[in-house]
Order: sequence, then structure tokens, then C-alpha cells
Amino acid sequence: MMKGINTDVLVIGGGAGGMAAALSAAREKSDVILLERENSTGGVLNQCIHNGFGLHFYKEELTGPEFADKLFNEMTLDRVNIISESYVSEVDVENKTVRVLSPDGAYEIYAKAIVIATGARERPFGALMIPGDRPSGIYTAGLAQRFVNLENRLPGKRALILGSGDIGLIMARRLVLEGMKVEAVVERMPFPGGLLRNIVQCLEDYNIPLYLSHTVTKTVGRGRLEKVEVSEVDENYNPIPGTEKIYDVDTLILSAGLIPQVEDISDSLQLDRVNKGYAVSNSCETNIDGIYAAGNNVAVFDLVDYVAAEGWVAGRHAALKSKGGENNTEKYPVIRGKNVSILVPSYIDFNESLRLYLRISKPIEHGRVILKELNIEKKFVDGVPSEMIQMVLNKKKMELIREKGGLFVEVVEDE
Amino acid sequence: MHFLHGFLLFLEVKMKILVIGGGIVGSLLTKELSKYENIDVTLVEANYDLGAGVTKANSAILHGGYDDEPSTLRAKLCARGNKMYDDLVDELGVPVQRTGSLVVSEGNDGDKKKIIELYKRGIANGVSGMKIVEGEELRKIEPYLSPVFKYGLYCSSAGITEPWIVAINSGRLAESNGAEIMLGDRVVGGLVRNKRAVSAVLNSGKKIQADIFINCAGLYYEEIAKYFDVEVEKVLLRKGEYLLLDKAAKQFVNGVIFPLPTKMGKGKLILPTIDGGVFLGPTSEDLKSFDPEDLATTRNGLEEILKSSDELVPGISKFNWIIKSFAGLRPETEGKDFIIKRDEEISNFITVGGIRSPGLTAAPAISEYVINEILNGQMNIKLIKKEKIVERIPAKIRVREESFERISELIEKDELYGRIICQCNQVSEREIVDAVHSGARTIESVKLRTRAGFGRCQGGFCTWKVAKIISRETGIELEELIMNNENSYLLEGKVR
Amino acid sequence: MNRKITCVMCPVGCRITVEMNGDEPVISGNRCTRGRQYVIDELIKPKRVLTTSVKVEDGDLPLVSVKTSGPIEKKIIMDKMKEIKKKTVGAPVKIGEIIIENIDGNGVDLLATRKVKKIHK
Repeated sequence: MMKGINTDVLVIGGGAGGMAAALSAAREKSDVILLERENSTGGVLNQCIHNGFGLHFYKEELTGPEFADKLFNEMTLDRVNIISESYVSEVDVENKTVRVLSPDGAYEIYAKAIVIATGARERPFGALMIPGDRPSGIYTAGLAQRFVNLENRLPGKRALILGSGDIGLIMARRLVLEGMKVEAVVERMPFPGGLLRNIVQCLEDYNIPLYLSHTVTKTVGRGRLEKVEVSEVDENYNPIPGTEKIYDVDTLILSAGLIPQVEDISDSLQLDRVNKGYAVSNSCETNIDGIYAAGNNVAVFDLVDYVAAEGWVAGRHAALKSKGGENNTEKYPVIRGKNVSILVPSYIDFNESLRLYLRISKPIEHGRVILKELNIEKKFVDGVPSEMIQMVLNKKKMELIREKGGLFVEVVEDE
Repeated sequence: MHFLHGFLLFLEVKMKILVIGGGIVGSLLTKELSKYENIDVTLVEANYDLGAGVTKANSAILHGGYDDEPSTLRAKLCARGNKMYDDLVDELGVPVQRTGSLVVSEGNDGDKKKIIELYKRGIANGVSGMKIVEGEELRKIEPYLSPVFKYGLYCSSAGITEPWIVAINSGRLAESNGAEIMLGDRVVGGLVRNKRAVSAVLNSGKKIQADIFINCAGLYYEEIAKYFDVEVEKVLLRKGEYLLLDKAAKQFVNGVIFPLPTKMGKGKLILPTIDGGVFLGPTSEDLKSFDPEDLATTRNGLEEILKSSDELVPGISKFNWIIKSFAGLRPETEGKDFIIKRDEEISNFITVGGIRSPGLTAAPAISEYVINEILNGQMNIKLIKKEKIVERIPAKIRVREESFERISELIEKDELYGRIICQCNQVSEREIVDAVHSGARTIESVKLRTRAGFGRCQGGFCTWKVAKIISRETGIELEELIMNNENSYLLEGKVR
Repeated sequence: MNRKITCVMCPVGCRITVEMNGDEPVISGNRCTRGRQYVIDELIKPKRVLTTSVKVEDGDLPLVSVKTSGPIEKKIIMDKMKEIKKKTVGAPVKIGEIIIENIDGNGVDLLATRKVKKIHK
């Protein structure tokens, strides 16, 4: 028998964003249900055993499992109901009804507000269209990390890492510490995909070479991976003939980007074309009333602290909405100007301060973020796309947006 | 053979048949043979699962049957095979979707002639559901087709299936009816005495004696024939590369879309897959040497697919929908037709070779042909049906295909239905455990049987769970697990 | 000498500039005092926090993740890994529990960063 449950706020996803959302909604005295697909909350934090989390959100430096544990303990104290090992099979966003499967039974949950915190997935090997054999030994960095850090298994003996995203860099170090040989990290772009800090402490510390503007052009091996061919690429990312180099590796680790998990919830939720995630306002509301989204399904963030902070905002507003307290439909667009790729939020409402997150589209040594309508500029040096620029503006400063009907965000490059 | 047959009946000894090769053809044949009282059938397959060779990597289409000349076996068996799939749905629980197919042309006079020719050929071959379509009607069938295409042949009886499931489930039913299935062992030699094949030698060292040998070894059919001193037409390997797109692309494709066929084959197509994705391809490239393990994709091939599919449905390659690229090989021969015959010299050796397109569609009819025309007909064996057989394999529950209410009930009795392991394709732990219990031992076997890992994350989220379930249910250590073939181990060893 | 060092103390990753004024390093570009200390260490005795895992017996997980309670000298990390690889702890493990005391000889401990429950076979 299917069970029906009423709740104020339903949170879908128990990673950093979802846990923070559930906790903040509970702190607003709402009834909260959190849906988590694994048998414990925490998401990818559970396998990110390295440090560097929590400095903004908890004002202390934590490892992933510690961060997850802290949030979990707080949720327990605040009586968040968790349905673990659950799977969302249907979402009716208009009526806020969600059908859920779990080993404990099937549920139909009637919520007053929903926070979607489904995170991101790794771009799979198949999406890269790399020519060659299809052997075993090719892993996304996250899957390799799962095996090494939680399942106590090493993927192979010698590895090459394709893509310089943070998990790839972290895994390079992790595999070396555990006795594997990591031949190189190759990155198709002319600049690294992960934080500079990780280039230093994961690659430079262990003398792992990083080849920018290089990619894997062939995989060889009819059972297990035996070799990969790496080539240099030109400015259009096409391999340059004659630059091929062969690496004898049995393992290829992919850190080729994260994709916001936005499918399968509802086609009526608006997406941002560039972020490839849900288009949300600064109170984390989507285009559908009472449906909120936060974290890597909005845009791929660089820090888990930002994900948690956004989750917190989403949870709070979902709670307020569930009590009928918030009904401001006034929204103004945030428009992407030059040199800006990732940009959050997509809309501005006046229920919340503005936390603007952006990624520049190329490395810029000296630059300025310009918010023309607000007469605000923010200077930066050594800007790289892998590191987000965050700006916080209070409601008072935001007033001009209402007058101008929107906010234009651009980055200029200075000499 | 007359003599032998009478002799066997007299002693009430069963006739032993060895089927070599557990692709779709060998598996369906074994399933049929297992229904006879006086036959004892064994199937030997080199891979760790049935349908893991040519059967796994092709377009998975049930062709209407209008492509080939009426005089050919390909034509006869394709049209017949297509119809037989309706029974396989019931018998084996095989998923079949009659999506229809559409051959498209720009509609100049030459094109029209070719389309009409296909139509006429289809009529001669006994194909049902054909119709020449143009203009509005064509657009209605495939609204996103490029506007340059104006004239086409629609065939409602064409469709799609999961070929490996046909093979795997045939094997399961055959086993229920007493057949022996040997996986992961390969025929590496044959013993011939007095112009009769006597036994097959396997890689494991085992020797299998049989009264009749049936060679269904696909790419390896020539090699197997040689072991038994049988001369067959040379096999030529032709590679076909494919791209698999995310479910998001399905909105642009209703059925199988073909360009006009050329002498290299049916061209590069666009079609939906059973689990809701979209296939692009295949390319068609002859291998220079006999290398049946060459399943490498090429840069040119993959780019060619993108280009040609964009010509059929503009824009389909532009989105970031690609989730997998792979290649398959097909066994071509100079003569182009299927080769299904009893050898003239070694008279207890039957060749079923050169089974390329439309081999998958024809497969059930091929098995019928072998039994009726060769065993019953030419060899005059009076096959006696078993009085009692297992008629069908139990229907399999796929959580994704059941109503929410029904799954709620199922979970009450068995919580494994409520634990979803593959999020992309909504595959429950129960389905995975059942696949393992029905013989899946590798990550790929589980994937092919359950669709876990077939979706947009390509196993990024579920591979470790599937690996642990196989390990838990079979006792195989994680580091001993393989992806598909024997060297494809997954993990090196323990961290601590 | 003018050197740029990326601070790894936190994800902000300040690009800190060090200029030598005679024997005195002049440090700029750091947004906190940890950055200043990091750069001084980096010039003389580079240090890192080590995170890895330790084998657990009778636990609901085969491994417990661990970290050093503070940065340890970079050059001893591979040696310390050998020691850590030999270590086994019995479940249950509490978060923050000391797994190896004074691992670097300078008062830095190796701490558990997650809890592992005991399972009864």
C-alpha cells in the first residue's frame, strides 16, 4: 500500500545543498522531509576525504565526511525526517506532489514547497567521442574515488588523468599516495579546470605533469586498458597530427566536467542556457511558484560552502512559502555580459539579498566585474574560470535594479 | 544418416547436437531444438554471456524485409522472421516496439524509381504494412526530418528490439527444457573421422562428442568450419560505428529513419532504442585483415555519423546528447546471401554463416529453416516434440514499466523492488539480483539484461553498486570481477 | 627575487607575492594570516595536511578516513603513508578519535574524520 504524507517542505537530495536546505527549513519551524537516494546523507562529501571544506559555512576547515557529519547531526537535532535509499519516480510541480519509492515502501508526498537539490553528475567517457577500443579501466574520477575511499579498492597500477577538474586533481594525489603511478594530467583547454590550490598541492607536490591544450586521442586495449594516445590540440580543440604520444597505462581517470542533474523532474522548469541548470532567483525560486533549487543543479559551483549557503537560502524561503508568508512575484532578469560564463542567479527578486556568483570565460590577469545599473565594480587579479567570483549585495543596494528593470553583469579586462 | 537415425531410435538414445556460437541465431536454434524429445542439445559460447558478439553491437532493428531480392534467403527469412517476433514477445518476454521504418529520398525521378522498386520488392517478399508517403504524410511520420526529403517508403511492421535479450532469454528457456549452455568456453579444434565430424575440442580441454554440429559462430564461422574440414565462403569483416544519444533526443525521432540504400548497405540511420535513447549510425568500413576483436571506433567514423545524421534530422548532433560511442562487426561474404546448409562432404555438419543484416530480424526464421529444411527435410530426422515443455520464461518485472500502485504492492512483499540501483533507467535491486541469479556474472551482462548503466550517466553512479551486488550474490571478490571478456578486470586489488 | 606562491590553506587560493628585502621576506596578496604563515613555511619548510584512510576491522565500512590535526612536513608524507598503511583499528571509531598519536614527532596527531560503526558478525 502506498502511503500518503503531508509536509511543509520536501527536499529532494541529501548532499550539501539539500542538507543545508532541510536544516534551514526546519529552523523556520517547518515540517521537513529530505529524500536521499543512498543509505546515508552527505552525497559526494562522504567520499571527498580531503580537507578544504567548511571555511565559509562553518568557519572551520573540515574534510568532506566531517562536513557531512556536522550537517547530519544538526538535521537530527532539528527533526528533519529523512527517507533514505529513496527514488523520486514522479513529480507534479504544480500540485507539489511527489511519488517516491524506497525499500520501506512507496510514498506519495504532498508538500507546500519543494527544494530540488539533485546535484550534478560526471560527464561520462562515452560523451567524449574518443576513438579507439572500449576496454575496462576507464573510470570517471568520482567512481574511482568511491572505489578507493569507500570500497577499499584500487582501480589499477598506472593511470593517466583526462581533464583537470578538481576531483581529477584530488584523485591524482590520492592514487599516488596509495602507490599508483600517475603519468600525467591532460587538459583540453589552455587553462586548468580545477582550483589553482589543487594544481599546487595535488600535482606540483607530487611531480605529476599537467599538459594543457592536450587530450586523449585514442584508447587501446581489448580487455583491460593498455595504452592511451595523447595529442596536443589547436585553438579549436582539434588534435594536431604528429604530436601523438603513447602512455602505457591500465587506468584512465576522467575529470571532464560536471553536468547539472536537471532531467526527469519536470519539463516545465526553466533552465539557464549556459549554466545548464535550473534558472533561479536570488531566493532560489524556479519559474514555478513554490519550487526552489539550489546547488550544482543550478550551476556547477567551485566550493561546497557556496552550495550549502545557497541550500540554506532555498530551504528558508521554501519554509516561508509553505506558511504562505512569501508571495512576491516581482522578478527582474540578470543578463550575462561579455567574459561571463556561469552566472547565478538568473533572476532577482526582493525577498533576499543578492549573492552573485560568476565564472569568467577565460583567464584574465587584471579585470573588473561591472554591475552597470548599480554603479558597482569589483576589481580582481589573476582571475581564472575555475574559480568563481562571488559578490554579495544587500537589499538596499539592490533597489536600483527595480528602477532599471534588470541587472547586466559584465567583466572587462584591464591592461 | 537414415541408418544412424533408425539405430538411435531403436536404442532409445537421443541424438546429440552441438550448436557452436551463442549469438541470437545459435541461441534461438538451441531453444527450438530443446523442445524435441529425441534431441540432446548443447550450446557452447566463447563469451561470458549469450548475444555478446555481433548480436550486441548492431542497429537492433526488425526490418520490414523489402531490401533484398525475393530469390534470396535474406529476403525470405527476413519477412518471415519479422512476423515471428510477435510470438517471441510472448514466449521470451522480448521487448519489441513496432515503431515503423521510413526510407527517405529527395524525390527526384531516380529516387522515386528506387523507392517504388523497394515497395515492389517488399510486396514480392510478403512484407506487410508498406506505404509510399510524401509531403504532409511524410512529415507527420517524422516531423523533424530535414525538409529536403520529400518522398519515402513507410513500413509499419518494422521496429526495434533488444537482440541480446532474445539470445539470453532463448538460452534460459532452452535450459529449462533441458539444453546445456556452456559459456566462456571456445571451440578450438574439431575431430573428423570418415567424413563425419565426431567431436569438438574446447579451450578448457573438454571434448564434446555429437551426432550433428551446427556452426553459428558468426565472425568466427570460417575458423570453426576449418576445424571440421568444411570449406565455406570467406568471411569479410565490416565495421559499423555507432553513437548513442541521451533520452532527450528521443523527442526528435519516432521510428527507424533510413536514407536510400547503396551497395555498401542500408546507410547511416537514426532510430530510437528500446530503453528510450537514440542510435545514430552505422558506418560501413571493410576491415583490411581478419581481426574479429577489432571493435575500435575511429575519429573519421564518428564524425561521419554526426554529419550524416544531421543531414537526416538537422541539429540532432548539435546538442550535447552523446553518451556513448562504440563499434560492431558484421560477417559479410562475397555472395552476400545467408549461408545455411548441410555440408556435402562432412554430412553431419551444418553451416549457418554470413548472417549479416537483416540477420537479427531473420534469426527466428533461420532457426525454423534449419529445423524444417535441413534436419527434417534433407537429413530426414523425424523430430519428436516433447510431451511437456516449459512454454515460456516467466515474465520479468521491470520497475520502470510498472505502475506506481503495482510497485507499491511489490515493495510490500519484497523491499528489493523499492531499492533503485540505476537511477537513470530506474532499475531496482530485485532486477539486478534476478539477473545475477539467472547467470549474469559480469558488469556488462547485468547491464544488457537489466539496462542498469545504459542511461545518461553510463554507470558513473551505479557501477560500484552493481559490482557489489554481483560480488555479494556470487561470492566473486570485487577485484576478480570483469566488465565483459576475460581480461577486462575492473579493479586491481585492495587499498588496505 | 620576486616569487608568487599559491596558498593552499583554503580554497580561496590567494596568489601571494614574496619579495626579498635583503634577508627579510616582504609578503603581500594574502587575505588572512594563515596565508602569511603558509608562505613562510613554503620558503623554509613546506607543510601539508595529509588526508588518507586507515583499515578498520569489524566496521560497517572497510576504511576510516583520517587527517593530520595540522600540517606536517611535506618531505615526510610518503614515509608516514607507509606507517599509516600498516595501521589497523577496530570498530567502532568515533569522529575526531586519535588514530596515531604524534605522527610527525612535533605534536600533530592522525585523527579519524568519520565514524565507523561496529558490526557483529
